Amino acid sequence: MKGHDFTLAGARLTALGSGALWWSEHRLLCVSDLHLGKSERIARRGGATLPPYDTRDTLNRLAVDLARTEARIVVCLGDSFDDLDAAEALPEEERLWIARLQAGRRWVWIEGNHDPGPLDLGGTHLAELPLAPLTFRHIARPGAAGEISGHYHPKATIRARGRAITRPAFLVDRDRVILPAYGTYTGGLHSHDAALAELMRPEAVAILTGPRPQPVPMPR
Amino acid sequence: MKAMTALPQMFHDWFAAQGWQVHPHQQAMADRAGAPATLLIAPTGGGKTMAGFLPTLAELATDPRPRLHTLYVSPLKALAADIRRNLTRPVQELGLPIRIEDRTGDTPASRKRRQRADPPHILLTTPESLALLLSYEDAPRVFAGLQRVVVDEIHALAESKRGDQLMLALARLQTLAPGLRRVGLSATVEDPQAIARLLARHPDPCEILQADPGPAPDIAMLETEELPPWSGGGAGHAIPAVLREIRRHRTTLIFHNTRAQAEIFFHKLWQANDDGLPIAIHHGSLDRERRERVEAAMLRGELRAIVCTGTLDLGLDWGDVDLIIQVGAPKNVKRLVQRIGRANHRYNAPSKALLVPANRFEVVECVAALEAVRANALDGEPRGPGPLDVLCQHILIAACSGPFDADALYREVITAGPYADLPRTDFDACLDFCATGGYALRAYDRWQRLQRRADGRWQLRDPRAVQRIRMNIGTIQDSDRLKVRMRRNRGGKPLGEVEEYFAASLTPGDTFLIGGQVVRYESLREMTVEVTRDPGRKPRIATFMGTKFATSTQLSERILDLLAQPDWPQLPRHTAEWLALQREMSRLPERGRLLIESFPHERREHLCVYGFAGRNAQQTLGLLLTKRLEEIGAAPLGFVATDYATLIWGLEAVTDPAPLFELTALRAGLDGWLAGNAVMKRTFRSAATIAGLIERNLPGNRKTGRQATFSSDILYDTLQKYDPGHLMLRITREEAMRGLVDFGRIEDMLARVGGRIDLVRTGRVTPFAAPLFLEVGKVPVAGAAEERLLAEEASRLMAAAGLHDAP
Repeated sequence: MKGHDFTLAGARLTALGSGALWWSEHRLLCVSDLHLGKSERIARRGGATLPPYDTRDTLNRLAVDLARTEARIVVCLGDSFDDLDAAEALPEEERLWIARLQAGRRWVWIEGNHDPGPLDLGGTHLAELPLAPLTFRHIARPGAAGEISGHYHPKATIRARGRAITRPAFLVDRDRVILPAYGTYTGGLHSHDAALAELMRPEAVAILTGPRPQPVPMPR
Repeated sequence: MKAMTALPQMFHDWFAAQGWQVHPHQQAMADRAGAPATLLIAPTGGGKTMAGFLPTLAELATDPRPRLHTLYVSPLKALAADIRRNLTRPVQELGLPIRIEDRTGDTPASRKRRQRADPPHILLTTPESLALLLSYEDAPRVFAGLQRVVVDEIHALAESKRGDQLMLALARLQTLAPGLRRVGLSATVEDPQAIARLLARHPDPCEILQADPGPAPDIAMLETEELPPWSGGGAGHAIPAVLREIRRHRTTLIFHNTRAQAEIFFHKLWQANDDGLPIAIHHGSLDRERRERVEAAMLRGELRAIVCTGTLDLGLDWGDVDLIIQVGAPKNVKRLVQRIGRANHRYNAPSKALLVPANRFEVVECVAALEAVRANALDGEPRGPGPLDVLCQHILIAACSGPFDADALYREVITAGPYADLPRTDFDACLDFCATGGYALRAYDRWQRLQRRADGRWQLRDPRAVQRIRMNIGTIQDSDRLKVRMRRNRGGKPLGEVEEYFAASLTPGDTFLIGGQVVRYESLREMTVEVTRDPGRKPRIATFMGTKFATSTQLSERILDLLAQPDWPQLPRHTAEWLALQREMSRLPERGRLLIESFPHERREHLCVYGFAGRNAQQTLGLLLTKRLEEIGAAPLGFVATDYATLIWGLEAVTDPAPLFELTALRAGLDGWLAGNAVMKRTFRSAATIAGLIERNLPGNRKTGRQATFSSDILYDTLQKYDPGHLMLRITREEAMRGLVDFGRIEDMLARVGGRIDLVRTGRVTPFAAPLFLEVGKVPVAGAAEERLLAEEASRLMAAAGLHDAP
């Protein structure tokens, strides 16, 4: 499986090219910021009627990762739904699909700022998940250690022979990992943005997603 | 003086007091004041605008009741303000009780509200501001008494979607004011009939009046002591000669084809300006306040020269311009003639213009263009039918103004020239798109944008949508721009804008030119590029683009004929020698053959294809060829296209080009290829934005955190994957085939060539290929090469930083 291996607080982790994080010791797959139901929410609020295929595309990609990894635990790191109404408005077909993906595994929904309440879907709902030596939560806390979070949708740009290449990216230092957004309709925040630059240690690494995940010193 | 029928005596008296005569075409316009549609073709300085307004002034002189009588629409905000000043003087001197006001994006909101409540007699505006006016519920009241609409510089509007939007707006106005008469004012064009068809209510006739074109222009190539360079667009070699011409003339306009070139030239000009001549720069990327300062100084006659781009192309009254300098090849004979018309604004004085080729290929192009101007051979490509993305926006605008009946709206739309042949099925598809998104998956039945009421009419479901739609009115599609400011602790002065992709390529410490000064990139902060002043260093080139023109078919053919000559007595010696050198090092492109060069340069392999098919077709060729190269493992990285050639670079050399150019293979690849390339994504972004699928502006402020917005490429990819028959993809394909793709010109070229392909392998860049390296608009190819590069660069960076896999 294509991925980039690294260690956090003694845990051996793999950054997958899809933007998911794999913890093989626990057979745990972690994805962040799925933003399911985003197109529905935008239309509901009087905005454009975007192609309504974002949820199915995100679930398609998640299904591929689950099939490849045969994960026993799935942690959705918050902002899994674009809002709570979007979760409720999910078409029956997509609810059943989620239920099928959940079958036979432990599934944890971490609360995010977009989806702070409990959801009427299978799985466990938690503010955060401690699983020694790591802690899974939506938004990184300064000073934390062994922390896996999302929220910022990090992306990074590097330049190679005059070409700027920008990809969603994992940000990793010795305290934390910040996951890129997994959802189809998500944009990114540059690693050089102050919010990320201040959070991450100077020696932090950005792992660019794609067919072959590539670590680079985090662009600032 | 012969008998004047339509003009009150006071006008003739006023003209006489100015020492003027009513021009024959002005009188002719007054005589036809009652015609439903009239198109006037007149050179700049021919009193064209006055000709358009005389009937209005005459009518208002006899009946000055307060009402909106005449709407004037121009492509430029500055032009509206300019005309207001020019009209106000005769109106005041004639003592006419006529109110004249302009209304553009720059007009304060309070005045805009007042204008709707109490409209002036004459309102001067732009297509976008008119569309916005029509989106209000009170539009029927505001426009009920409208008598005349004057469309200025209609030749410029006719070339873009702004014209299509305007013609839809006129159709709406005609419904609100059935007696509305239309007047179009145009510079010299190759096909006046086509413009007349756009202007008139279909199928009304439209009379065309041709003013005396005036004396032939005095136009030549600028003689410079220093030779033009082998490549590049800066024309730095011409600086001393240009300065000399500026000194010799009162006011000189120096036109450039791109903003980047204007910036570089201005920078160099300023460095050499030892006499401290007042010279300014003006282009569309500059901060508005800076542009207005330049315009004001120009009007006061304080400037000796202005370095500019297309923003000054149109009929602004700049007073005392007595010389036009065109830097860089003019690309298009018609545009050149129109630019030249800017000089010597007095009727019957010949315009004076100098062409400054920026490099040696452009010398050839300039000579060919000069020959075309002397032969009075204008060029131009006909435009296709009215685009559907503009129609979608029009439907949304109609919905903003109130519930509408679909049948009535369709009948109205097909009275607009560009939409005269619009099938009802296309209209219905656009309506469905506006209402539900038009997806194969019917997902938005609950959240439709437009809902059908019990009475059968359509209305917006959510009143909040009105504001969002209004905020996104317009068809001008600059690629995403970021503001450039001086760093805040130094005052935060706005300098202008750069394109997002350019900003993304900057790293702190990089320097570039903007507004004539060298600045140092510091950081990107909330969608603003922060810079500091950096006077000492050589700038990195600012690659933000101005308008890119495509060389016309006719001009391309003239160039090939010129190249075919055994020697070139009409060319300067240096250029003739350069052509001879190209003939010696490689060979010259010929009609009926296809020249391809292959050479290594800076750790990449290059392939240069001289198709002379025009920029868009060469671009398509680049896309198709890079796809074929990807398939055969040559790892292409990207390409750039000009009007005469496509330069492709990659990691592997090509030795046998013939299989690349099989027409059947190219055509077979076209459809699959169309789906995935950058040009299509760019076209999609523009169409989806105009049609209202992508909202550039949202209530509140522009989004600051970039994680909140996502790239239009994602929408494009999603549609390709799940809904390939969607209207937006159809619009994108049609538009790309017609404009950006121009596959027809590739087919023509390959048919002419047959199998006659000449591959020349050289050890280094050839004389003809060199200028291509400085072209802007490079298109990257995402493929195997990108992964290779990324891996290479990642390990280099990690090693350089002393980092290993895990932190």
